[in-house]
Amino acid sequence: MISAPDVVAFTREEELEDELCSEPPLPEEYSVPLFPFASHGANPWAKVAGSKFTRDFILISEFSEQVGPQPLLTIPDDAKVSGTFDLNYFSLRIMSVDYQASFVGHPPGSAYPKLNFVEDSKVVLGDSKEGAFAYVHHLTLYDLEARGFVRPFCMAYISADEHKIMQQFQELSAEFSKASECLKTGNRKAFANELEKKLKDLDYTRTVLHNETEIQKKANDKGYYTTQAIEKANELASVEKSIIEHQDLLKQIRSYPYRKLKESDFHPYEPECAPGQANAGCGQDLTASDPAEPGETHLYAHVPSYTPKLIKAKSAKCFDKKLKTLEELCDIYFFTQTLDQLHQIERTFRGDACYLLTDQISRALLKQQSVTNFLFEDVSFLDEKPPEKQYRGCRGLSQDAVDRKCSEESPAPKVVISLGAYKSSVECVPIKMEQEMEDSQEPKMTESVTFEHQENLDYLDADIKGSISSGESIEVLGTEKSASGLTKSESQASLPVSPSPQAGRSKVGSRRTVSEDSIEVLSTCPSESLIPEDFKASYPSAINEEPYADDEEGGLRFTPKLNLDNADEQEDVSKQENLVQVDSSCCIGKESPNFLEPLPDLGQKPCDEDGVVRIPPQPYRQAEQGLCGSFGGFPSHDGISGGFLSYELDSRYLTGSREVSKSSLDECLDSTSYISSAASTCSDRTPSPAHPACQARERHKKKAGQNALRFIRQYPFAHPAIYSLLSGRTLIVLGEEEAIVKKLVTALSIFVPNCGVYAKPVKHWVTSPLHVVDFQKWKLIGLQRMASPAGVNVLHALSRYSRYVSVLDADSKTLRCPLYKGTLVSRLADHRTQIKRGSTYYMHVQSILTQLCSKAFLFTFCHHLHLPISEREPEESVVNRRMNFLKLQLGLANEDIKIVQYLAELLKLQYIQEPGQGVNPLLRFDYVPSFLYKI
Amino acid sequence: KSSVQTIGEEQIQNPYTELLVLKGHQDIVRFLVQIDDCRFASAGDDGIIFLWNAQTGEKLLELHGHTHKITAIAPFSSSDASEERNHLILTASADRTVIVWDCTSGRQVQKVSCFHSTVKCLTVLQRLDVWLSGGSDLCVWNRKLDLLCKTSHLTDAGISALVELPKNCVAATVGKELVIFRLIASDDGSEGWNVLEVKRLVDHQDNILSLVSVNDLTFVTGSHVGELIVWDALDWTKQACECDFWDSSVPPDVQPEIKLSQSPNETSVQHLTSDEECVFAAVGKGIYVYNLQMKRVIACQRTAHDSSVLHIEKLPNRQLISCSEDGSVRIWELREKQQLPAEPVPTGFFNMWGFGRANRQANQAAKKMQDNTPMYFLELVGDLIGHSSAVQMFLYFGELGLATCSADHLIILWKDGERESRLRSLTLFQKLAQNGNLQLKF
Repeated sequence: MISAPDVVAFTREEELEDELCSEPPLPEEYSVPLFPFASHGANPWAKVAGSKFTRDFILISEFSEQVGPQPLLTIPDDAKVSGTFDLNYFSLRIMSVDYQASFVGHPPGSAYPKLNFVEDSKVVLGDSKEGAFAYVHHLTLYDLEARGFVRPFCMAYISADEHKIMQQFQELSAEFSKASECLKTGNRKAFANELEKKLKDLDYTRTVLHNETEIQKKANDKGYYTTQAIEKANELASVEKSIIEHQDLLKQIRSYPYRKLKESDFHPYEPECAPGQANAGCGQDLTASDPAEPGETHLYAHVPSYTPKLIKAKSAKCFDKKLKTLEELCDIYFFTQTLDQLHQIERTFRGDACYLLTDQISRALLKQQSVTNFLFEDVSFLDEKPPEKQYRGCRGLSQDAVDRKCSEESPAPKVVISLGAYKSSVECVPIKMEQEMEDSQEPKMTESVTFEHQENLDYLDADIKGSISSGESIEVLGTEKSASGLTKSESQASLPVSPSPQAGRSKVGSRRTVSEDSIEVLSTCPSESLIPEDFKASYPSAINEEPYADDEEGGLRFTPKLNLDNADEQEDVSKQENLVQVDSSCCIGKESPNFLEPLPDLGQKPCDEDGVVRIPPQPYRQAEQGLCGSFGGFPSHDGISGGFLSYELDSRYLTGSREVSKSSLDECLDSTSYISSAASTCSDRTPSPAHPACQARERHKKKAGQNALRFIRQYPFAHPAIYSLLSGRTLIVLGEEEAIVKKLVTALSIFVPNCGVYAKPVKHWVTSPLHVVDFQKWKLIGLQRMASPAGVNVLHALSRYSRYVSVLDADSKTLRCPLYKGTLVSRLADHRTQIKRGSTYYMHVQSILTQLCSKAFLFTFCHHLHLPISEREPEESVVNRRMNFLKLQLGLANEDIKIVQYLAELLKLQYIQEPGQGVNPLLRFDYVPSFLYKI
Repeated sequence: KSSVQTIGEEQIQNPYTELLVLKGHQDIVRFLVQIDDCRFASAGDDGIIFLWNAQTGEKLLELHGHTHKITAIAPFSSSDASEERNHLILTASADRTVIVWDCTSGRQVQKVSCFHSTVKCLTVLQRLDVWLSGGSDLCVWNRKLDLLCKTSHLTDAGISALVELPKNCVAATVGKELVIFRLIASDDGSEGWNVLEVKRLVDHQDNILSLVSVNDLTFVTGSHVGELIVWDALDWTKQACECDFWDSSVPPDVQPEIKLSQSPNETSVQHLTSDEECVFAAVGKGIYVYNLQMKRVIACQRTAHDSSVLHIEKLPNRQLISCSEDGSVRIWELREKQQLPAEPVPTGFFNMWGFGRANRQANQAAKKMQDNTPMYFLELVGDLIGHSSAVQMFLYFGELGLATCSADHLIILWKDGERESRLRSLTLFQKLAQNGNLQLKF
């Protein structure tokens, strides 16, 4: 409700306002000339001619060992979504930037193959030719039949809006991490099952072979072994070995989650938003699969009656076999959960970036208004968890540790790099192969030491300096690499352990550039490794973990220059770094995971040379951060055009029939921001609900807004009716037809203040006589008018309690309620309003109600307005002061005072309510005469 | 003709602008009794006793023990000032038991179930530290619930009301009779009491419905047919008797004994209350103010409610509250008439009550008297509408508000909205200070 209509992009409404269509079209000469290129399906704000797909989607791809990169599925699963967009080509692109080292095999010094638990990597890349930008989340799944037991996959969120991806990076990362975690959990389960089956097969094979050998032994008593017997013996031996190997693998896969859980901050995937039933089932499942539980082994051990098969000595060649599908790779429950999660991500992030951002900002602001926000906000809205929280959960513990370290070491507030910084750090560095990078390790180390001090201030999470690029069509704009000590290639592992603390890290970085394609890596963000101690201890291959620990302790988490061949570039990069530092210190970006962390000390804020210090004097700065991060860092046209990258060829808008285009223009007339409205309509066919759970709410808002608009236009006495609601006097909508009454109730419900953190005190339809208890509970009631004797009772009760209620008769179009002479409601509900869209009007109402709330807040929490300054002060002077404040300071006239007083009472009640006990609903009323209004 | 005065929606003098509905009872709530400054108990036909906080409306305790409806309730505070004040309540029920409850713990202290009939009234004689139960007989109990003595079986109807009189006497109403008992310290035991029937007064024509003690010298009874008798509390003689007590011209010692032509329901004296000067009687649908000095009705509202007035009470500020079967509670103010009224109040009554032998001269004399005595009238200053059924009783808590109980199973706490708002502000700032959020705000 913070969002003022002029800031917020308008969302399309499916049911196109019926009134709009009925309005006569504007004469040709007054209409806005169409954009010259309209016929080409462009709009004046589009930077590029448009992408080949119509809306954002999620793509899952695999790097198949047989056919190479291939797209598996898209979400939404609709061919129209991707349109002419070449999924194969894009799959190749996104898979080619997968540099997570997924090594499985026989590491030196280990007898058996090892599974590596590889962290996902997160990359942003763009393909300017295709007009596609993507957040790419790489992950590996285990497959017993695959090469090295691993199958690399990636999930990509593809949008035409680059800025959206960048702005929502953290949220995307958090959400995709959840999906990935879920998928991987299911995969581990499936993998364990597979291993068990395989073990049974092997066991069976061994028995068979053993028997055969015995028979052979008995059969030949010649005293020497036939070649046949030797073969059999060899086979047996290899089966034995295979059994041991597989047992070891099983042990490894089973031990995985246990280690993970030992980290206090690790949050296993919880399908929070799964629908009710699934939730219950999931809860069971999770607890069942919770490895910390003693029953865990039981779960894995339990395989429903499997008949073992004989395993042939020579397994099929890899091109003969059919690789498992993604579905087969994962436990079916977790697979569907993952898909649900991805669908939810799609729903969450669809639509215009501006809308998402506004929503996030208003959400953050609302959170701060903890005292007043219950009044006119949806309860569900307030209950939602902030994305930051989830994010933190995913990022794990070490981030916090570093943050803490950082704040200890530097008194400066956390400085985060703005998007502008990303942009400025575009750098062309030829990609080198690993060997070269290994060569460059030495100079790197020294350099990074010199940078140490600044870096530990600035590189909390944005390692911008790893700017490696070769400037063609793919730009990796930002990557977040969950650094893992296990991401080592064979060659690296075989190298002697480097004494340098950076060694491990630099290798990680270097692997990112393996692709020979033209790639611009604009920035990389290694995040923390989630490496459990026991893992380190038990696996020799994890020996490189040591340096990492040092790394973090020293506050050095990043190697600024990876592959520097010539001095020019070196210089370039270091300049870049300086630039970045300036940027980052003056501009509070949005990348910080610590949005809501209070600043360490405001007094010690860094003042850079520009004198541009943007630190608002508030402890919580999320909103400003968000704004600054998104707009401050960009020239404004960029920000706007961002919304248009995802322009879709919607003929109904600019290229459509004249009437329709008029109406679309008309729609926007009431807005102060035509552009943003158009942006939202162009960028997506679907409305952009910020949060999937709120879709219904969104729709309700629209509908309520639309109905309310209709109400204030139709009923000349809308003002006193709304006044009744705002001042806490129950309004009864009386009518014969349920639909009409309910419609009116819906319309009016947006004006009803909540009495607490429960649902709105609105009752849509009542047929029985009302009682005083009802007025206490409900502030807006739809009441049935009946001709039967029961109906007489209903009316009798109504007249009896007439002093507590205002009655809106929907049938005879009359209103009986107290007089209203204030000015507030006329601003809220102007029947001549130019607003035509329901959601716009809803926001208009919300913004005025917010103003009202702030007045009520002020009034409630001014001590002297309610209590005497000195003990001897008479009550009258307090009353005088109170009335003066209301009239003069708050500028309230007549009945408006009562509105604010009522809201203040609600605020008081809410504030003084003890957490444990429910508040006694009380009914406040005035003895004021009512009047009958007629149309 | 229906001449119930209405006040409309604008009630400037009505302070009750906030209400709290207290839910809990499952049947008619008949009794409200104050325990201390901020607590009261409610009881009714569901046999449950609830204890409420009069300020917050919070339900404090729920006392279960009776199996039938409650017939009488009385607070029983320990008179001992030294020990901490121990609040007890006595409840009598149709299940022929009396239970003593501890109001702090909600514990059932003791239960007496040796009654032969339902106890219909309970009276505590603080002075003697005993309590009396009245049913078909009168029993005297001490604090420990020992039966000290009891009378013989009186009638099947039993005692319907008890009131304490001076000199260790009690007046009990038994049907049409008023029986005076005296408690005499027994000779043998130190603690024992004997109860003795002293006098039986048979002046009422019909069942005595209400009995109230005005002061140490006077008590008043009212009967079903509208007789009101003022008694001397010491020698139990009639000081005044008003069958049609609105006719103040009739000398007290000449009892007209007029039969009323109205149906008894219309004239029954449902409830009496008094202050030092006046007796306020709820008669039928009306309210009458009888001045003890002048021995006449000084003000009345013949149809104060749409149906019978069940309970009235005098407030300290010359206000009177009445509640009625019609579900409303009305607030009246006794005002002095400034200008000479065109029509004196009582005259209307002759028509209404249909006097058989209305004495014109007496009437004129009355008029003369009224001319030189101040005239009063009851003005409606507010009405409280909330209950959907008969309001059985109410309890005035002064500043805290007014509690009303009703046959619709509800108790409503009426409060002064202004005061409540102020209190909430106070609480709010206290809480703010507690949370330490207030430093910068002062």
